[in-house]
Amino acid sequence: MSTTRRTRQLAASAVAAALGVTALAGCGSSDESASGSGGTKGSGSKTVTLVSHDSFNASKDVLKEFTKETGYTVKVLKSGDAGVALNQEILTKGSPRGDVFFGVDNTLLSRALDSGLFTPYQAKGIDRVAADTRLDADKHRVTPVDTGDICVNYDKKYFADKKLAPPRSFDDLAKPAYKNLLVTENAGTSSPGLGFLLGTVATYGEKGYQDYWKKLENNGIKVVDGWEQAYNEEFSGSAGGKKAKADRPLVVSYASSPPVEVLYAKPQPAEAPTGVATGTCFRQIEFAGLLKGAKNEAGGKALLDFLISKKFQEDMPLNMFVNPVTKDAELPELFTKFGATVDRPTTVAPDEIAKNREQWVQSWSSLVVK
Amino acid sequence: MALPVAFFALFFAYPVAAIVGRGLKADGVWQFGRIGEVLTRPDIREVLWFTSWQALASTALTLLIALPGAYVFARLDFPGKQLLRAVVTVPFVLPTVVVGTAFLALLGRGGFLDELWGVRLDTTVWAILLAHVFFNYAVVVRTVGGLWSQLDPRQEEAARVLGAGRFAAWRRVTLPALAPAVAAAALMVFLFTFTSFGVVQILGGPGYSTLEVEIYRQTAQLLALPTAAVLTLVQFAAVGAILAVHAWTVRRRETALKLVDPERTARRPRGAGQWALLCGVLLTVLLLILLPLGVLVERSVDTTGGHGLDFYRALGSVDAGGGTFLVAPLEAIWNSLQYALVATVIALVIGGLAAAALTRRAGRLVRGFDALLMLPLGVSAVTVGFGFLITLDKPPLDLRTSWILVPLAQALVGVPFVVRTMLPVLRAVDGRLREAAAVLGASPLRAWREVDLPLVRRALLVAAGFAFAVSLGEFGATVFIARPDRPTLPVAVARLLGRAGELNYGQAMALSTILMVVCAVSLLLLERIRTDRSGEF
Repeated sequence: MSTTRRTRQLAASAVAAALGVTALAGCGSSDESASGSGGTKGSGSKTVTLVSHDSFNASKDVLKEFTKETGYTVKVLKSGDAGVALNQEILTKGSPRGDVFFGVDNTLLSRALDSGLFTPYQAKGIDRVAADTRLDADKHRVTPVDTGDICVNYDKKYFADKKLAPPRSFDDLAKPAYKNLLVTENAGTSSPGLGFLLGTVATYGEKGYQDYWKKLENNGIKVVDGWEQAYNEEFSGSAGGKKAKADRPLVVSYASSPPVEVLYAKPQPAEAPTGVATGTCFRQIEFAGLLKGAKNEAGGKALLDFLISKKFQEDMPLNMFVNPVTKDAELPELFTKFGATVDRPTTVAPDEIAKNREQWVQSWSSLVVK
Repeated sequence: MALPVAFFALFFAYPVAAIVGRGLKADGVWQFGRIGEVLTRPDIREVLWFTSWQALASTALTLLIALPGAYVFARLDFPGKQLLRAVVTVPFVLPTVVVGTAFLALLGRGGFLDELWGVRLDTTVWAILLAHVFFNYAVVVRTVGGLWSQLDPRQEEAARVLGAGRFAAWRRVTLPALAPAVAAAALMVFLFTFTSFGVVQILGGPGYSTLEVEIYRQTAQLLALPTAAVLTLVQFAAVGAILAVHAWTVRRRETALKLVDPERTARRPRGAGQWALLCGVLLTVLLLILLPLGVLVERSVDTTGGHGLDFYRALGSVDAGGGTFLVAPLEAIWNSLQYALVATVIALVIGGLAAAALTRRAGRLVRGFDALLMLPLGVSAVTVGFGFLITLDKPPLDLRTSWILVPLAQALVGVPFVVRTMLPVLRAVDGRLREAAAVLGASPLRAWREVDLPLVRRALLVAAGFAFAVSLGEFGATVFIARPDRPTLPVAVARLLGRAGELNYGQAMALSTILMVVCAVSLLLLERIRTDRSGEF
């Protein structure tokens, strides 16, 4: 049949063309072969691979420092948000894409531990890490790396203009004075949305949280899909919100958002345009662990040690806008000057979260999402 | 035929089957009872219902609004036509987060409609439908318009001479000839809106949920693979049903047509009717497409100290995102273009071969293959992505961290476009021309080059434009493939938007604007190739 021969000839030339293009595309980046997937093969490799979510960041200098101290080069793989990245690792358990995973937070910790993702390892200097963050202290399957607080942020200008005191606690948010002012995220898909819901569960208990959300609903809370939309489109205190003529001066965000607003404003203002309602916070703790089946265990262990070293811990706040977990790490001035100290954030035990999360989210949905 | 089949088996069927299998198997036993369990849940039924009807409504609305556009772009000549044709495709490449921004500015509080008439459409179904039209306008204009511009107007004129009225001539001559292209466009729009994710979430609010959203939640957030597997099967079933309807309607209509050079068919508008149509279409494009895009451009130059290019300047430096990137955001342009180029070549090769094979043969097997090619449009990115993870994890195919996975995944979405744009045209090529060439001693390849290629060149370019745009704006797969040193434009935009602070927001808008320009310019360059008569492609 002539047709098959024709197709085959075409295919051959087409494949050749495709290969030609791919080769060309490869030329664009010389580091491709050096740090590409080929670089991690073989034992005693000098590359250690860190798998993480999209928010991971570290300064180049600090990573270079690690290489200087240990001889290992760090290669970072990021995929999706925290939940997606973790689930990908759970799916590929046993043949992991890297050596260390960073970014399991306390809302996902039980799932990660139950799936047997990590090889236990006690990081050097773990005694410097705050005790209340060491949620797996007896087994050392994960090492705490940072903490962050999910809190309601307020638009300072709005409350000053209205001569109204900004809310300070969960109770305040349900008061008539703050009617139609708060915007939050979908607890089913967004991590600050979930954190805020968990904060209310911790505060009002299994029995009371639903009544509280009924009050919030009656008080005109608005629920949008994700943080980007809530913060950049609906919240009047953010740059995007000002352009979008946003009309909600209260948003569920992070305790570190005000310093970020200052850092990324030109010119830098003398005070942050937004504040934190410190009685509305839920504490997130992020962990890292050595992946089972890691090709470079020695490198992975060295990296875990490094993640809680003073150098990395002090570099972290301005890269990821989170707080260090070690006592010897000092916060940058931006945080001390513009940030808020959250004295008593709410928490929920990881196994409680794993057990009830879906049911909490479902009853939350039926209350506020119509 | 072999190459496309192998490509699809390896990069689509196998990964998806693996992930669905993992969800439906427990301890090595198939648990088909789970299907019934999930399907009887009222919330799932509601999601399924909403998904279907909004997709149908979106498709109908898109056809209604875009078909006049297809005519105008195909048959009328007006200044700036090429530029505008490229611009209407721009929405295609924008990340939905950004489109959400633009639409909220138009339909939401203090938006355009709110200022004029006090109408707010955000968190209504209308916002979702209009955004779907915005996204898919180009699909109809390009697929239908591409064929329309090649139909010989003299056929309609002949019908007029024989006494048919203007409308009757159009209905009897042009419409049947266009039907396959209209059906193809409708199919693509339906599949796109059926698996809509970001638009529904952002503009509809959490109250609206499509199957795609539910699959994402179950897979990516809850790791509830059984539920996700059932939902994926449901998605398959729905997409399969639509494909069957499509095949059934199109099969009886595809006939050989007389195709002519599009240069000859377009004329300056004549008569009040044509002028009115032209103005109507231009107004629609202005309101529905240019305005939302304009909002983004405006915000990218709206700095604290008045209007300026500060955000664009900031994009050039590495510490622009305070360490958000290891490279300057501007480098994302280069990355995006590389990926898009490779993905386009792959999609054209695979899609072209598949279309050629489908033209030559008929039969049940081939039709099944045709349907298989369309499936990637109707399957969620997260399913494919997670499928990749658990299947492509062993040498020699450990592609999980390889850059080639990005264009491969993008090509998967591009191929259906290539097939759907080329097939109506290829099938319209008169087989006797090929036979004549063969009789005159041309080799099959030469016959294809001399007979088919000139006629399908236009469709090929339209297809290439689609594949390119799809890959330029593709976000789902790119997120899964972890290469922080090489972010693409949509990924870079998403990262910037994911942070507080004015500079980040402004840079996200600036980068979105650059993405639009890159897309429009690339498509314009593709249009230019047409006049170059020497090239293969």
